[in-house]
Amino acid sequence: MSFVSRAFHGRPRQQDNAGRIPPGQYLEKGFPVLSAGPTPRTQLDKWTFSLIGEVDKLKNWTWQEFQKLPSETITQDIHCVTGWSKLDTVWEGVSVDTLLEGIDTSAEYVMAFSDGGYTTNLPLEDLTGGKAWIVFNYDGAPLEKEHGGPARLLVPHLYFWKSAKWVRGFQLMDKDEPGFWETYGYHMRGDPWLEQRYSGD
Amino acid sequence: MAGAALQRRLTWHLSRVVKATRETQRTKTLALEVPDWPGHTAGQHVDVRLTAPDGYQARRSYSIASAPEDAPQVALTVERIDDGEVSPYLVDELEPGDQLELRGTVGGYFIWSASVGGPLLLVAGGSGICPLMAMLRHRARQASTIPTRLVYSARSLDDVIFYKELESLASRGDGFEVFYTLTRSQPAGWTGFSRRIDREMLAEVAFAPSLQPLCMVCGPTPLVEAVAESLVEQGHAAALVKTERFGPTGG
Amino acid sequence: MDDAELRLDGNAAAGMLREVFVYDLSGATGQCAACGETAEVGGQHLYMQPQSPGAVLRCRSCESVLMVFVHNRGRYRFGLQGLKWLEVG
Repeated sequence: MSFVSRAFHGRPRQQDNAGRIPPGQYLEKGFPVLSAGPTPRTQLDKWTFSLIGEVDKLKNWTWQEFQKLPSETITQDIHCVTGWSKLDTVWEGVSVDTLLEGIDTSAEYVMAFSDGGYTTNLPLEDLTGGKAWIVFNYDGAPLEKEHGGPARLLVPHLYFWKSAKWVRGFQLMDKDEPGFWETYGYHMRGDPWLEQRYSGD
Repeated sequence: MAGAALQRRLTWHLSRVVKATRETQRTKTLALEVPDWPGHTAGQHVDVRLTAPDGYQARRSYSIASAPEDAPQVALTVERIDDGEVSPYLVDELEPGDQLELRGTVGGYFIWSASVGGPLLLVAGGSGICPLMAMLRHRARQASTIPTRLVYSARSLDDVIFYKELESLASRGDGFEVFYTLTRSQPAGWTGFSRRIDREMLAEVAFAPSLQPLCMVCGPTPLVEAVAESLVEQGHAAALVKTERFGPTGG
Repeated sequence: MDDAELRLDGNAAAGMLREVFVYDLSGATGQCAACGETAEVGGQHLYMQPQSPGAVLRCRSCESVLMVFVHNRGRYRFGLQGLKWLEVG
């Protein structure tokens, strides 16, 4: 690519904020809404979160039951595969470790599934050990529908497409299977520090 | 041209800005010279690409506002979106002599040529007037008398792009009529519409569905979807209502 | 935020599809494999933002996915499962 548009810079794109911005990313002050379809609008009295697949017993929680689980405030940086990173985002949610407590499984992979049909796969290891949450508040307020409300998955150490909006459950799997974007070439794991954007990276 | 011809894969070309003319406070027309310009059909658009020194690229689509008959000159009319990334550059920064990468022409659905016939109902919200202007200019250059009506929603008279030209076209008595609706402010003595386009307005000014007009609706997505839905509810066949959504802000 | 604020239509995908196909697909007609509605690509719903991982074309009647398009470093991958057929020309 040799042509450069005279005097064009685009939005300010600060990179490498003292080692907090992964390679190829830039700092974003806003919170872009990326959407692959219409925004689901599930009523809370119909909402459930389920664990299905390779588990000894199926499990699910209604919204009321979910609200009774211990929750915590999480402050983390997030990184979108499209290039933007947002630092110190504040969420409130239930640790995935809490949800998996007492669950016996031989599965090594998870397919997170959402209202509207979105799916994304990740290694179970990336969801455990204090690395992932089901969050329902962002920045001190209930999570807006456009950003995945009432609840979304939050896995900040992986690219943000793995943090499935409108999440409704996990399917535990013995074998890794590609979810929505992974089917179209995105990486099965998605570590931003290794720049695992596309399969083969 | 757009529908049937077997074409090569499209690639980016460097065009040169020949002239930049302010139309309204927030819009500017860029007249471009494009090498090997293939021509276009009214309604088609081009994709524009900007590249920053660090390699960052931004792309947007802009409808061609000029008539096909003006080729090889091509004009884009761009509305400046306040927190946009590309439009402020195109409107505030680009000067005659500058180069602009573009790819086109594209579009095989939201197009019209006089040979298609009419009646023709055009509905525009804001900068949605641009592809429709190409159609109206083409219609005039063809000296067509196809019955055509334009319903154009803008915030104020100062925001009506191409106002003088539209008035001039409407005064030709060749079967073209324009209806403006100014949604935020109206000049003193304004007798036209002053609200968002709705079912009642369309029932009043659109061609009757029994005349089977081709309806072309363009502008911000919410306006386009509301108008298209109203037209279909009023009895226009869905296949005769064509839409071009410009996104949330319409720019 | 209204759903309408998040979508475009098949017209907006025309340029990138023309990077690969010799026909302008916005003028193509297709049948939705889910609901059977037949319509031109240009009039279908498109979910694509400047920062999208890819473009998703959905049926304007039932919102099922018709086509997915991802461009990654010079390679183009399509999902076409949602279309029963697509006709160009």
